Amino acid sequence: MAQNDLNKVPQLIIIGGSSGSLEATFAILSVLKPSFELPIVLILHRNNVADNGLVNLLSMKTHLQVKEADEKDQIEPGWLYIAPPDYHLLLETDGSISLDASEKVHYSRPSIDVSFETAAVAYGKDLYAILLSGANADGAQGLARIKENGGTVIVQDPKEAFVPYMPEKAMELITVDYVLDAANIAALLNELTS
Amino acid sequence: MIATENLENLLLEISIRYGYDFTQYSRASLQRRVASFVAKERIHNFAELRHRIMNDGHYFTLFVEEVTVNVTEMFRDANFYKALRSTVLPVLATYPFIRIWHAGCSTGEEVYSMAILLKEAGLLQKSLLYATDINQTVVEKARSGLFSMQTMQQNSENYIKAGGQGEFSAYYSANYNLARFDESLSSRMVFSTHNLVSDASFNEFQLILCRNVLIYFDKDLQNKVLETMDKSLDSLGFLALGSKESIRFSPIDKQYIQIDNKEKIWRKTI
Repeated sequence: MAQNDLNKVPQLIIIGGSSGSLEATFAILSVLKPSFELPIVLILHRNNVADNGLVNLLSMKTHLQVKEADEKDQIEPGWLYIAPPDYHLLLETDGSISLDASEKVHYSRPSIDVSFETAAVAYGKDLYAILLSGANADGAQGLARIKENGGTVIVQDPKEAFVPYMPEKAMELITVDYVLDAANIAALLNELTS
Repeated sequence: MIATENLENLLLEISIRYGYDFTQYSRASLQRRVASFVAKERIHNFAELRHRIMNDGHYFTLFVEEVTVNVTEMFRDANFYKALRSTVLPVLATYPFIRIWHAGCSTGEEVYSMAILLKEAGLLQKSLLYATDINQTVVEKARSGLFSMQTMQQNSENYIKAGGQGEFSAYYSANYNLARFDESLSSRMVFSTHNLVSDASFNEFQLILCRNVLIYFDKDLQNKVLETMDKSLDSLGFLALGSKESIRFSPIDKQYIQIDNKEKIWRKTI
């Protein structure tokens, strides 16, 4: 990594995905190096039943500690936070997480846009956002806000995405920084901490 | 998007002018609500927003309606209502008179759900349900007992999942696109505005429900509100919060035990 890129190490990675995104999430998380400690916030559209299934599944794929986010959680290195079902997850400027039970956005709660938009404000250029497979326009607007605020935006290559609609929607709206398949998204993340 | 400093100043001015203190609300959510209010009202800049709010009480009321969250369903979280039915109601049944407080009742769906639960347990006649909210408009809507027919499909599904014992449609009569709920339910309800941030406790209750309200408050305000509710709760009373809320790390924690390790229901031990 070039010397002048060193100050570009982000403080937070945020990942959003809908249908077909779980496989890509696994593919990324499972190859992160043990030295990778940047906190990750994960927003996946899923049904509204509260259970620990997703936490357990993800725990098997990553060395990061995994938890469903609670309100006021302080974001710590080495942790992966999952948005709980039926709540929006918002990022605060003090590095904590808020939850919100307001209207669905793009028929979704959690909504990727809500998390991305608040992360854009809270983290500015210290943010990497990744949008994965999905059959929904959620996330595109949020990526635009992240871009405006100086963050780095990555979409899963529509050719690889199980459902290409979501990354395509984002690419129509903004010029994304990277279009990568899951393996190369993981490689890019690994580079950040090398 | 309103600049942080402008929003902070506006919240202070609102607090002085109207006595509604939003300064301890979680910021990311509040910012988002204010931004959506500004877009909806086609407000061009901060000066215009400030001017209209500070000079027009009706406009301020509209502002309160928009920035407070009023999304609710009947029997939201089936497992929560199952826990109420199986664990809390049998205890309440032993009292000669039951007083319940819905703090932050929004448009009333939760109050009607509770009344139905009490009716099916044969307890409604000796119960009073106090329902309060900061937002006068939603309190009036709740009091009317009228709900959109469009939501009845979802409410009915929730009712069945929550272990409902009858026909959900027996509790209302359909009138065009409105469902009018039975007066036997609403006759046991008392509605009023109440601001959890500034108003004191006002009664002794055996059960207080305050679900998905604390998530919008900062830690200090959460603790203050929990203390208000603690003062309003009888000894051995129950406190029910939203599925992502907790009394852990709050000053009242020591006097309570969680009755069900999954649902967010606590019982006062003193």
